Amino acid sequence: MSKGLEGNDNRGARELGAEEKVGWDQVTQGVVLHSFVGESENSAFLKPEEREYNDFNSYTATVASWRIVKPVYNRDICIDCQNCWVWCPDTSIISRDKQMLGIDYDHCKGCGVCVEVCPTNPKSLLMFGEAEETETALANWPEKKKKEK
Amino acid sequence: MAITSIKNLKEFSTNNDRFEGAHLLCPGCAHSMIVRELMNCTDDNLVIASNTGCLEVSTAVYPYTSWDTSWIHIGFENAATAASCAESMYKARKKKGTLPDADAPVKFVAFGGDGSTYDIGFQWLSGAMERGHDFTYICLDNENYANTGGQRSSATPVGAHTSTAQAGSTSYGKKQKKKDMVAIMAAHGAPYVAQLAPNKWKSMAKGFQKALETEGPCFINTVSACTTEWKFDPKDTINVTDLATDTLMFPIYEIIDGHELNILYRPKNILKVEDYLGAQGRYRHLFKSENKHIIERIQKDIDEKWEFLQRREEARI
Ligand SMILES: Cc1ncc(C[n+]2csc(CCOP(=O)(O)OP(=O)(O)O)c2C)c(N)n1
Ligand code: SF4
Ligand code: SF4
Ligand code: SF4
Ligand SMILES: [Mg+2]
Repeated sequence: MSKGLEGNDNRGARELGAEEKVGWDQVTQGVVLHSFVGESENSAFLKPEEREYNDFNSYTATVASWRIVKPVYNRDICIDCQNCWVWCPDTSIISRDKQMLGIDYDHCKGCGVCVEVCPTNPKSLLMFGEAEETETALANWPEKKKKEK
Repeated sequence: MAITSIKNLKEFSTNNDRFEGAHLLCPGCAHSMIVRELMNCTDDNLVIASNTGCLEVSTAVYPYTSWDTSWIHIGFENAATAASCAESMYKARKKKGTLPDADAPVKFVAFGGDGSTYDIGFQWLSGAMERGHDFTYICLDNENYANTGGQRSSATPVGAHTSTAQAGSTSYGKKQKKKDMVAIMAAHGAPYVAQLAPNKWKSMAKGFQKALETEGPCFINTVSACTTEWKFDPKDTINVTDLATDTLMFPIYEIIDGHELNILYRPKNILKVEDYLGAQGRYRHLFKSENKHIIERIQKDIDEKWEFLQRREEARI
């Protein structure tokens, strides 16, 4: 209910400018989530395994349950071109020192982009059902396809 | 500025990603391909502002953030406002000597969708460009308000079906032409303006690096194929983008200091626009006999634009 002209108890209670002021460059509004534990360093210089991720960082979460199909990686055919790395929308191709190492199945959503952009013949990445064992998938890898004329 | 090597993909891939997985963008969404590339093309500290849209709602779902750099979420109109004002604040604090590390290199970047860039944040973007802040604005152009269910924007092209410009027995989808945002930004006299696409990763990384290195306000329109609203299989994001650049539906070019135009990609085989339209559900109705003339109109517009860009490039004025 409105208090009418009397106003709320705290109406006009404070002298404007009486308290210690917070400078315009010290205000923190809203919610701040820290991506790393402690003082943040520029992570451009740290590999993921060297970083101290905070629980707030989505790196610590998984979207594996989104997948019904998954990419399987065949190291034997891969030429480390890094096409899959540059176009993966989910930062799920693990590349270190110019080598493709494999797939981060915690963050891969199974979109299939990496398979599409893989240039080898046969492809070094192929989609399989989520429940397929890697060994079975690798054992059933297709042969080199003849070029269509 | 510490730019990273983009000589080839192997070298580029040695960068440590600063955009993390388990964001909630759709599988195959091009937004994150573009964001990852921007963040990988420099080692500098980044202060990034994103306004409301798919990118923002999917990368800051409380209690998670997918950003390893400073990142600000702000209302729908204000990506340019947040980034440009952070830049001003940084400069002022540098002058006052109140920065913890005044020598650390830092770049200011804003990401906005086409809805916010072309429509709702238009005047705030224009203001920031005019004020001349040292920042880079990147529009993730998926040609619709994707985050709210695919409404038409002024970036939606002629003939596309959207939830507010529906195709049906009395309509062929959107009737109005796409706004030429690149020309509008160049007309602000911005030192660097470009249209880039993630399938051409090298020209995109080069353009990003140029924009970050250039002092003053830079604008980049990026083609961001949207599997959900354009209606194609998530695996085909790069394939559809290839068709966009090879039909010249999305020509790749830059404009320096408001006038010097350079074409950055010339397809060896220019494809017919049907190839691009046919790959997406949002254009399916155009293949009905009564809508054939719309396809012809789209092709004519593309041909005229390409002719215009080539003449502008040749003129060197
Ligand atoms: C002032 C205002 N109007 C409307 C909205 C609702 N809204 C949130 S995101 C969005 C669509 C964003 O479209 P776009 O900028 O193209 O980004 P996309 O989601 O397509 O990447 C809308 C309309 C809002 N948040 N604020
Ligand atoms: S399927 Fe998609 S998300 Fe998974 S690794 Fe390949 S490109 Fe990345
Ligand atoms: S795209 Fe294929 S060949 Fe290239 S690095 Fe990835 S798996 Fe290897
Ligand atoms: S609706 Fe489109 S832009 Fe939004 S997350 Fe999905 S694919 Fe990306
Ligand atoms: Mg949009």
